[in-house]
Amino acid sequence: MATSEAVGVETVDLATTSLRELNRRLHECATMDDAPRRWRVLNPSGAHSIAVGLDADIEVDVEGHAGYYCAGMNKRATVRVHGTAGQGLAENIMSGTVIVDGNASQMAAATGRGGLVVIKGDASSRCGISMKGVEIAVRGSVGHMSGFMAQTGVLVVCGDAGDALGDSLYETHIYVAGKVKSLGADCTEKDVKPHHLEELKGILARAEFDDVDPASFRRYGSARRLYNFNIDHAGEY
Amino acid sequence: MQTGHRKSTWAWLYVEPMCGIVGLFSKSSAVSERLGAHLGDMLAQMNDRGPDSAGVAVYRNPAPQGSSKLSLYAAQRPCDWEAVRATLARTFGGEPSFEVRHTNAVFVVPAAAPDAEAVVAEHHPEVSVIASGEVIEVYKEVGRPLDFVEAFRLGDIQGTHALGHTRMATESLVTTQHSHPFSTGLDLCLVHNGSLSNHNGLRRELRRQGIEFRTDNDTEVGAGYLTWRLREGASLQEALEGCLEDLDGFYTFLVGTHDGFAVLRDPIAAKPAVIAETDDWVAMASEFRAIAVLPGADDAAIWEPEPATIYAWEREKV
Repeated sequence: MATSEAVGVETVDLATTSLRELNRRLHECATMDDAPRRWRVLNPSGAHSIAVGLDADIEVDVEGHAGYYCAGMNKRATVRVHGTAGQGLAENIMSGTVIVDGNASQMAAATGRGGLVVIKGDASSRCGISMKGVEIAVRGSVGHMSGFMAQTGVLVVCGDAGDALGDSLYETHIYVAGKVKSLGADCTEKDVKPHHLEELKGILARAEFDDVDPASFRRYGSARRLYNFNIDHAGEY
Repeated sequence: MQTGHRKSTWAWLYVEPMCGIVGLFSKSSAVSERLGAHLGDMLAQMNDRGPDSAGVAVYRNPAPQGSSKLSLYAAQRPCDWEAVRATLARTFGGEPSFEVRHTNAVFVVPAAAPDAEAVVAEHHPEVSVIASGEVIEVYKEVGRPLDFVEAFRLGDIQGTHALGHTRMATESLVTTQHSHPFSTGLDLCLVHNGSLSNHNGLRRELRRQGIEFRTDNDTEVGAGYLTWRLREGASLQEALEGCLEDLDGFYTFLVGTHDGFAVLRDPIAAKPAVIAETDDWVAMASEFRAIAVLPGADDAAIWEPEPATIYAWEREKV
């Protein structure tokens, strides 16, 4: 997780400051050398698009519930939501870290290309839909159609998974410790090999899920019957 | 639910937040006493989701034996509610009473609801019946939900359960008649987030079955469908299961009943819904922020309802 050289904590109260003003100030951190490195957002009250498009090594603590698309397109920043998050959390995250203390609604980390998304409660349907490299760690369960068309990256679910897990999956690695209600088209259970266990350990450590046993997970991946998989390039996946 | 092909796109999931739904079912006297205030707080959180109109259904104050409650709204204003009362008194005798809230009024009439409705329809075209039954009261009006909460004095309403809707119109006009909740029968109503795509064909079919429609609104067709199924003898459970077969489109439905409410999402479940429950209440909303304003929300059990699954809460009948 990102470290900070705290110059002090800058507090923005969304009860008295507009969302646009908050995001403008957070965006300025990308170009200002002396910008505050730590931010607290008060009274988020479920507002949509909080802390989207951040491109600086800053830490943002959202003190309450976030609405849709919180921390979308994040790059480099660490965003913590001390509450629940609405749909589209950290969508298309490029790098950095997004942590939610509570539950996240549908499409968490959708299309994410890198970075780490940690959900300490449950994620809803379509978690990691079309993910392209992001690491997602969910302490609770995920809803139906999670990992739909997921391409690369890793989805770790410490609880259960809903219907149609990994439907039309490409090469994302999916690990589930609990029950899987059903697998989607072309998704199949696969062996957990030593390098998968190492991968899992690393993500659980980065997510600070210290009480979760890496040996308790099953791995799911693509059966590679649905897309034009080229066996000669298998090493690249 | 398997797609089984590669051409699937999911961009349709990214829709603007439109329409907000809230529901609150009381399990304690403390919550019942402040039901309207809590509902108002929830509705206010959904203001941005539906700035075009708002509406609520509140279940409370059962009409005496042999009487029924009619919820009316005034199409022409100012409305001479006393004239409506006089007509009802002349027709049915006894002492019909009414309470006005902004542009709506609830009448208690010493008659069966269908009879009272027929009299109002025949003699008072300036008002419209929007709900009827033993306990239901419906209030709805165009304009911002934040203003609605004040104008209809939700803060002083007590009751057992209630639901509400904030509308961002997509399918049809912004009028009070196009606003939710829609009545689906005695003490029954429907609020809806989403859009139905087969509503025109279904409306024609339902009209052949004798169901009347006042608007071109898609949700009214959903309500009419439930009315028809219930009229034909289906249980609420069966009628809602029928929705999964016969309705095409996106929907999260919240159905208010005499004794509680039920939640249903379509099989794709793209429209949002979250449910929370404590020892004192059950709440349903489009977004958690509408639930977060309730006392004890931090300790509630919270989940998102599964697709194509009916969730229902009912108080035990005394």
